[in-house]
Amino acid sequence: MSHSTVPSSIKVSPPPVELERAPLVENNRSLGWISDTVANIIEQKTPLWWKVLFAVSSTTAILVPVGLIYLVTTGVGVWGLNNPVAWGWAIVNFVWWIGIGHAGTLISAILCLLRQKWRTSINRASEAMTIFAVMCAGIFPAVHVGRVWFAWWLFPIPNANAIWPQFRSPLLWDVFAVSTYFTVSLLFWYMGLIPDLATMRDRFRKNASKLVKPFSKITNKLAQFMYGLFSVGWTGSNRHWRNYEKAYLLLAGLSTPLVLSVHSIVSFDFAVSQLPGWHTTIFPPYFVAGAVFGGFAMVMTLMIPLVSLYKGLEELITIRHLEVMSKIILVTGSIVGYAYGMEFFIAYYGGNPYELYAFKNRAFGDYAWSYWWMISCNVISPQFFWFKWCRTNPWFIWIVCGFVNIGMWMERFVIVVTSLHNDFMPANWGYYSPTWVDMMTYFGTFGFFMTLFLLFVRFLPLIAIAELKGVTPQADPHHPLGGAKH
Amino acid sequence: MNSIDEYKIPYGIMAEFENAADTMHAAEKIRDEGYTIWDVHSPFPVHGMDDAMGLGNSNVGWFTFFGGLLGFTGGMIMIWYMNSFDYDIPVGGKPNFSPLGNFPVAYELTILLGAFGTLFGMFFLNKLPRHHNPLLKNLRFADATHDKFYIVIEAEDPKYEEENLRSLFKDLDSNYIEVVNE
Repeated sequence: MSHSTVPSSIKVSPPPVELERAPLVENNRSLGWISDTVANIIEQKTPLWWKVLFAVSSTTAILVPVGLIYLVTTGVGVWGLNNPVAWGWAIVNFVWWIGIGHAGTLISAILCLLRQKWRTSINRASEAMTIFAVMCAGIFPAVHVGRVWFAWWLFPIPNANAIWPQFRSPLLWDVFAVSTYFTVSLLFWYMGLIPDLATMRDRFRKNASKLVKPFSKITNKLAQFMYGLFSVGWTGSNRHWRNYEKAYLLLAGLSTPLVLSVHSIVSFDFAVSQLPGWHTTIFPPYFVAGAVFGGFAMVMTLMIPLVSLYKGLEELITIRHLEVMSKIILVTGSIVGYAYGMEFFIAYYGGNPYELYAFKNRAFGDYAWSYWWMISCNVISPQFFWFKWCRTNPWFIWIVCGFVNIGMWMERFVIVVTSLHNDFMPANWGYYSPTWVDMMTYFGTFGFFMTLFLLFVRFLPLIAIAELKGVTPQADPHHPLGGAKH
Repeated sequence: MNSIDEYKIPYGIMAEFENAADTMHAAEKIRDEGYTIWDVHSPFPVHGMDDAMGLGNSNVGWFTFFGGLLGFTGGMIMIWYMNSFDYDIPVGGKPNFSPLGNFPVAYELTILLGAFGTLFGMFFLNKLPRHHNPLLKNLRFADATHDKFYIVIEAEDPKYEEENLRSLFKDLDSNYIEVVNE
């Protein structure tokens, strides 16, 4: 353990300029600065833009219960579903929202296992995004069962006729996959929050004596109580950190196969059926790549405005972070593009006329507009990220990510609707259009999502403070900034 | 000694350090001196501190393993019982129970119970939640989650001797030493 064997005369020259990496926290900020900057978001007065956005999104969120109450009291027909298209926007929206969640878990779990230290400044917000996106996703299939008062038949409890659920159906696998995904994401997120909640608890404790106004004393007490309750008495003890770090690694290890399995199982909803356009083995990897692609786009859609709204965040979520995420979008976008091409090739090469028809119909049939929207947004728009200027320009990235979000929604629309609308017999052909109830409910989920996200930004540490401190040079006891004397 | 508040029972002695390296050297010293009931508090997990404190590997993995095992076997048994034993549901000529067809659900349950085992195993091993802690009443200690490092030796330690520890911590470059009372 002794460091005295290291001769003090060894001189380590720094790497050449072109090999130096941009620091994760700019300007060599101190450990205290990191917690001050992140906690300041919670401690400052509520900004005006927050109030405006919160009013708009919480009002929009009301559309969800309004749409659902209208649907339940009237019937699923109000969703524009009919033969032959019995899966419409609800399933499109479900897959879209659940796909968005995948970037959060990828950042928190897979990048943790791969020791990608840059993840520490974006993982908290992305995990929050995952949880809220899965909540939005869950609304749709739960209502889509038609008679929602029988939704409990999905759970492993016998129904009124003592019949159990049928476990060979991918739709039931989906119930388990999505509910496990939500629960495990929540546990992982909460465990990551514990040290930071303790930081908040201690900050409110330190501030308590400085307060004079009775109202701020009450809010301070409330904050101390709530942060204290949920930080479970965390003291930063190293005996605790030892188990905590191991548990964190294990949860990352559990979440990695989980995130890959969830969208695979979502794709089984389609791939296990016998329908041309759905019955393909490429679906699981293609869905997972698409989910990560769309999810990263949503992470950047949320983070880029936040960085410009809160002072100091630009030193924690730097251009380097945005550039790395842009590269992931480029890679996953190209995988998705490859999958689109391969689907077409297999439809031709497989020699099944129905399969070939389904694909020709996608690109040139009644819904060709959605197919070409999908191709432009998902395959063409990420190609800009080959250029460094495009990867390092936040507002340009933001616009591309907007297109990716649209493109991924279109992809699910193409998969769901174009495979269904021309059935095997021309007598069963139809053209599906959503109704105002579909649109209103989907629009409402944005309000629901943004409401939760804004509350998260306002009341919980937006950046994993303890983890971020751990990747700074000051945290390393063998680094001069960490106090090493040699 | 007029009121009960004046009967101070020491909980332990707390020494504050400025950076990770000083804390780690101090921890190595405390370990070598043979103290047993003590702890290091830091705002983030310090790499190498487990060795400096003489701690072995964490046992959380066992909770994860048994949680996962319970999830997988429980899931398989549940599906077998429901679809093949209690009430047969023949569908599409497929077997009523097949480990392959039932794998996805059992797999998800493995992860679900493994994750619960991990989080609650961590809580169990750390004896959390613990909302009553003399350290959490100390305002100076609040910096343990901010930017300071602390070594706390509890009064229950058989080698606990306040004056010795004060001079030991002083030699170890601690800039602030305080006895924390219960």
